[in-house]
Formats: sequence, structure tokens, C-alpha cells
Amino acid sequence: MRGTAVRVGAPLLLGVLALAGWEVLVRGAALPAYLLPPPTEILGQIRAIWDGLVDATRATGTNALVGLVVGALLAVVTAAVAARVTWLDQMVAPLVAAAAVVPIVALAPVLSNMFGATSETPRRVIVALVVFVPVFLNTLRGLRQVSPVHRDLMRSYAATPWQVTRTVTLPGAVPFIFTGLNIASSLAVISAVVAEYFGGLQNGLGSRIASAAAQSGYARAWAYVAASIALGLLFYGFTLLLERAATRRHTG
Amino acid sequence: MTQDRLTVPATATTPTSGGDPAVRVAGVDKVFTGRRGQVEALHQVDLVVDPGEFVSLIGPSGCGKSTLLRLVADLDSPTAGTIEVFGKSARRARLDQDYGIAFQSAGLLPWRSVADNVELPLRLHGADGATRRGRVAELLEMVGLSEFAGSFPDQLSGGMQQRVAIARSLAENPRLLLMDEPFGALDEMTRERMQSELVRITSETGAAVVFVTHSIPEAVFLSHRVVVMTPRPGRITGEVDVRLGDQRDEDLREDERFFAAVTAVREALHGRPTPASGAHGRDLR
Repeated sequence: MRGTAVRVGAPLLLGVLALAGWEVLVRGAALPAYLLPPPTEILGQIRAIWDGLVDATRATGTNALVGLVVGALLAVVTAAVAARVTWLDQMVAPLVAAAAVVPIVALAPVLSNMFGATSETPRRVIVALVVFVPVFLNTLRGLRQVSPVHRDLMRSYAATPWQVTRTVTLPGAVPFIFTGLNIASSLAVISAVVAEYFGGLQNGLGSRIASAAAQSGYARAWAYVAASIALGLLFYGFTLLLERAATRRHTG
Repeated sequence: MTQDRLTVPATATTPTSGGDPAVRVAGVDKVFTGRRGQVEALHQVDLVVDPGEFVSLIGPSGCGKSTLLRLVADLDSPTAGTIEVFGKSARRARLDQDYGIAFQSAGLLPWRSVADNVELPLRLHGADGATRRGRVAELLEMVGLSEFAGSFPDQLSGGMQQRVAIARSLAENPRLLLMDEPFGALDEMTRERMQSELVRITSETGAAVVFVTHSIPEAVFLSHRVVVMTPRPGRITGEVDVRLGDQRDEDLREDERFFAAVTAVREALHGRPTPASGAHGRDLR
């Protein structure tokens, strides 16, 4: 298929060209390594520290995944209840607004103290909090999108509130939940990485980036950055696949 | 002219209770209170629909015809007056599932297949799987969509979607069908075909129908009786007995009696005296 070749090939070509340009620029201008190491050197580092890279990615990935699942579940359940119970909605709305504007990573040192420096929990809590906001807001919007004709129809069937939620409200909110999840999946990885900058265990990508940079291991730091990018793409791609699987039935 | 009336007995699962009319509306007012004060949507409306009778409500926008239908369906409550459906309160009738309903938009659930949409009311009311499958097959056969059972609504044309909605409204063998401009969004060709199908379906099921429409030919073609409404405040101002018989096919659309009835309804709508013609109108003002 020519269309597919172009769709996959074009960005790939752009990426290769950009990397080649980067290499030429760095070598040609003889940029110092702390400013920007050339891609070949970063690639060499990736090969050299491969096992450690995989371990660090796994540690950060686990934190991001646990936080994402917990935060998203909590968000969907809270939104489902808030959509039904007006006073709860009014109670939760300002808290969510507060959670949305507080730079949650600012909580990292505090939570680290709370749970102790040898625990993964503070990082997972941070990820869950960051994930909660977009999933909650989008789910709630989706739950409120019930069309008047469906509402009338369910009333004419004398459907119970639970039947309405199960047959109309929740399925209608699915695309909105996935919009929230798509945003949340990249945020989960970002916040899991950033949360590691504030001390605690030294096992993840964030801590490795920080320590490599502190030790002038610039190419090594970049190798870990590349791994974080790969991890973020993995999460994003996975939620996209999940979305496609869940909505394929709808559009046939 | 009573011999022209549909005499098909109600095929509903429960027997008709003591000859109550399908719908009895008495002295109904409906006032909506909005930001700009009160709007009187319906003023002193009286209406009786017999079992098996097809009655159309026709009138310009704002005459309250849809509001009246919603009150009968207990989707809204009247400000004054009483509404009975088969001798019960409208609310009781809704809880007992005594009517089926179809709206201008088909209102199918996009994430459910055609078959799953049709069986929705049966599923909600706890019918077992075998009953549901049998009934869905029957209904899809009736509306001519058997081979689309597994399709999803967005794969169907507007007319096909509306046929699914009608099949759904018939799922529980209601003795009363409430239809709010169900063909309003369809093109003229599809619309006429749907009308013929509806005539056939209602004569097969023997259900009473209250049918809201803007279209005079549609009302005349479908109905035993056309009820004319006018706005500000919404009220019933006339009615035309049509009764063109059970054999309503495409030829009827070019029949003298059809045109006479169309004229009678038009004149009832515009408030002019009706000439002596086949169909007779009554001015209720």
C-alpha cells in the first residue's frame, strides 16, 4: 500500500534527517559535550549501559503504570458518582480545580518525607494525582453528554438509574474517557520521571538522568532521556490501541 | 362510515380493560415557566383516542402538539387537567409499559447493533434471551431489515434507522404507539414508503397511534382522524374525520377522496369554513 508506506516512511525519513543534521551540526561546530553530544555518542552509550537502561525504564514504567491505573480508576468512579450526586459534584469540583493548578511535582519532597526515602509509593501517588485530573474532567463531560432523546427513551422505559448509567451514560462517555486517558498516559510517564528528581530511591530514569548530568556523563544522561521518550511513546501507543479496541465495535 | 374503521382487535398481551379509551385527555393546561415569564403551551385540551384508532395531531410550530404527546407519554406533567391511558394515570401507564414511543430522531444507541437496539426495551424489562432473539427476528422481518441485524446504526441510512426505531417501539406489543414526527427528517420518497409501511404495521398490530406531524398529506394518508391545533396558546381548534379505509396503498395518494381530505384539513388549519366534500371537518372553536 502506497498510502501506508508514505504514512510510515515520511516521519521516519524526517527523523533520520534530523538526527543526521544534529550529528553534522555538533561535529562541524565542535560543540562541547555538555551543550549537546552527537547522536552517535548517545547511541554508543545506550549500547554500553543497555541492562541498566532497561532496569531503570522498568522501575519508572512500573511507577507510571501503577499510578495511571489507580488514578484513572479513581477518576472514572468519582466522575460516575459526581455525575449522579449533585452535592458531591459541587464538593469535588473546587478540589479538582486545586489539584489541576498545583504543580503536583512540588508535592514530591513532601510525600517523600511522608512515606520514607526507600519507598516507591510517593512517586506512584504523584502519578495517580496527575492522572486523576484529565481523566476525571473528561469522563464527567462525557457523562453529561446524554442526548435528550436517549433520556426521554429511558424514561419511557421506566429504566432504573443504574440501568440508565449502564446502558446509556457510561457507554456514551467511553470516547471521552479515552481522550482523558490519552492525555494522562503521557503525563503519567512525565510525572513518574520528574518525581524522581526529588530524592528517594535511585533506581529510575529520572534519578539516573539527574546523577549522570551531575557527574558530567552528558551522553549517558541523553541515553536515559531517550529511554524516557521511548517509555512515553509506549504508554501513549498502548492507550491508543486500547481506544481502538474499545471503539471499533461502535463504528463497525 | 364506521365500516371503514380498523376493526383489528388489539393483539396486546393483556386484554383491554373494560373498554377504556386508549387515551383520554381532559381539560389539560400546560404552562412552562422560563426566564422570560410563563408560556402557555396548552390551553384546555380535550382528546379521546379509541383503541386501534390512528389519530394525527397537526399544526404549526408552537401549537403544543409535541407537548401534548409528551404529556401522554408522561415525559412531562400537565399543569392542570387529567390524562388517562387505558383508564390509568399516564404515570402508571408508563411504568406498566403500555405504550411504545418513537421520536423525530431515531435515537438509536450508536454502540449497539441493530438487533441490540431493537431488543433494548425487552432486555431492560428482563425478558430472557430466547424470547428476545425470537421477537427481534420477528420485528426486523416486519420492518424489512433482517439482513442488517448485525449492522451498527451509523452504517444505515436515515430511513433505515427510523425503521429500527419503529421496530424498537413495537418490541413489547404496545396497544398504543406515540410518534413525534418520526418521518420529519426523511426525504419525500422515503417518507411515503415509510408511511405505507406504518399503515401496514399498525393494521397488523391493531395498536392505537397518536402521531404528531407537520405534513397534511402525511396526516391524511395515515389517520382515521386528524386533530388540528393552533398556537398561542396551544389548543385544539378542529378535527377532520378521514377514514379512507383499510386498503391504503400508493393509488390512494392520487384518489379524489384523498385530495378532498387534504383540502378539509388545510381549511381546518386556516380556519375557513369547510365545503361539503367527502371528508368532513368540524370546527371546535
